[in-house]
Amino acid sequence: MEQSTTDDRSAVEQQAALEGGVPGGVIGPGEGNQAPTNAVEGTSTWSLVDRLGLAFCWFLGLLFCAIAAAIVIYLLVQGIKFLKLSELVTPAAAGFTEGESGGFSDAFVGTLILGAMGISMALPIGVAVAVWLVEYGRPRPLARVTELTIEAIAGIPSIVLALFGTVIFTSTALGFLSRTNEGVVFGRSFFAASSMLALEALPLVVASTREGLNAIPRHVREASYAVGKTKAATTRRILLPTCRPQIATGGMLGLGRIIGDTAIIVVLLGATQNFAPVEGAPFPLDYLRGAGTSLTNFVYEASPTGNLNQPQKAYAAAFVLLLMVLGLNAATDLVHRRARKVGTWSH
Amino acid sequence: MEEELQPEYGPKWSDQRVERMLGALVVAMVALLLALIVTVFVNGWPSFAHNGLSWFGPGGNVDDQLNEISQSAETGAGYIYTFHAWPLIWSTILICGGAVIFGLVTALFISVFLIEFAPIWMSNVLRPVVRFLASVPSVIYGLLGVLVLVPFIGNHLITEHQKASVAGIISLTGYSLMAAVIILTIMIAPLMVSIFTDALSSVKPGWLEGSLALGVNRWRTIWKIGVRAARPAIVAGTVLALARAIGESVMLAMISGSTAFAPNPADGLIFIYEPSRPLAPTIVKSVDQLSSPPAKATLFAIASFLLFSGAMFSLAGAATRRAMSKYGAA
Repeated sequence: MEQSTTDDRSAVEQQAALEGGVPGGVIGPGEGNQAPTNAVEGTSTWSLVDRLGLAFCWFLGLLFCAIAAAIVIYLLVQGIKFLKLSELVTPAAAGFTEGESGGFSDAFVGTLILGAMGISMALPIGVAVAVWLVEYGRPRPLARVTELTIEAIAGIPSIVLALFGTVIFTSTALGFLSRTNEGVVFGRSFFAASSMLALEALPLVVASTREGLNAIPRHVREASYAVGKTKAATTRRILLPTCRPQIATGGMLGLGRIIGDTAIIVVLLGATQNFAPVEGAPFPLDYLRGAGTSLTNFVYEASPTGNLNQPQKAYAAAFVLLLMVLGLNAATDLVHRRARKVGTWSH
Repeated sequence: MEEELQPEYGPKWSDQRVERMLGALVVAMVALLLALIVTVFVNGWPSFAHNGLSWFGPGGNVDDQLNEISQSAETGAGYIYTFHAWPLIWSTILICGGAVIFGLVTALFISVFLIEFAPIWMSNVLRPVVRFLASVPSVIYGLLGVLVLVPFIGNHLITEHQKASVAGIISLTGYSLMAAVIILTIMIAPLMVSIFTDALSSVKPGWLEGSLALGVNRWRTIWKIGVRAARPAIVAGTVLALARAIGESVMLAMISGSTAFAPNPADGLIFIYEPSRPLAPTIVKSVDQLSSPPAKATLFAIASFLLFSGAMFSLAGAATRRAMSKYGAA
């Protein structure tokens, strides 16, 4: 009973938020539907301190916008200046000047591979964990422990995850996932990096999917049970299709995290700026078992503090990376907006 | 939960079976986390065991110690573990503490602005901007810091006189506490903003209306009622941001400077121009030496310190939140 009232309330709030009731000076999100929203007290009666505070708000808000604009415009200018399309198809080469050292195609492809592998691990596991938490969740203590686990994984610094990865993937049992040389396991491979990256993306997928599942009202499930569907069938045929937008949102947030991470890639993947396929393995596996690089790793190494020190290439690669992030942001936004329109069951 | 209904959907996807499979997966996740914690601590233990409490204390040059540790594996004369991490810990405290304090103030004002005062066009711009700043990869922040902010600080803010005054101890090039704190603030403030705005917008409207009806102006109402009611979430967001700041490695490895120097605020304001190196970047910088067992133990000891302090902050945050939520709405 209590559950349903809170559901109703949040549905109303969501509705109000949709109609833009929150920002325009109205206090409280619940009031978005009521007509006169212009009757807002002016600042002329405020004391000087209050007015200074509001001015500080404006200052910070505009400062944030300026910083974001500066980042985008600066990288855009540098990117247009230094990015040659040939760099996207030429692998890196040994060389002392920026002209000699080729492009960063391996890094670009590496980022794509990592994103694909990481998200294809994080998405099914994350959705499964979320389904268990929301739909099954018994015994209760285990559910509580699982929630804590997911929170803890979200809070682990990526460099610690990377160190943990070095221990796992240099063990002889997992030698088939990376290069092995006379019994010594190298431990750096796309498999190693992407599985740790998947762990980093997992909490985002779980959180978003849980949100989606929780937003589906109970009567939807009950209707399905009433016609004789099992819980598993209900989940597969009704619940998961319904919260597909939220799953997609979680996946894209996770993908953003994966392609933006550097620490794990520096430790578990990138010893080189080229692919280093393992000899003797069948086609896709030889590359995936070998070391490689990604855009973030390339930017890190090509920055003045890295080993390559080629700032122009670093700018070009950073520009490509930023474009990917911006594209992902836009896509997330789109899906999220659709999710709010389609995914509400409250009427 | 719901009543159990007997499955008629075929044995392959029977409810019991699906529940068992999902349950096994969940147990595996929990086991993985436990394995991670145990692995990190066990691998770091030799370093703690050899140094005792002096691991956390000052003494000697950390960079020299790290070199000796990693080279001791090759000499055959026994492993050296001597390591006094204080300069790294102090640098972490200064950088993360500074960034969280600035970030907290910034995020509070921006959230109040977004929720209460920003005109619609402004919040339509500011919300995506905040999301964007939160999603820029840290290595891009690092690159911009190295190529733009660090040279600016080195060439324009630090005077020749200041450089000369500490020339015998450390060279001031722009890789500094100040650069690190500025960029880290930009990185973590958006995270706080997103949590704070959620909390502020879920404060009960009646509470704010009550205050307004008594003639308190909007500015004071949102601070005295709204922000106060949202305090538990503000603590939660701050702790989350602090954990993120402590774990930030790559950006700080690029910007904070590469010497393990401990800037001393007692030297006057010049300390904000001094380089230092926090804990997490130290792991990134020394990660090539993992093949040497004593160096590996030292790095895992640093990692377990990061894990432990992160966990402690979460616990402290949870406790504060519980104490506060007696009064709070969010």
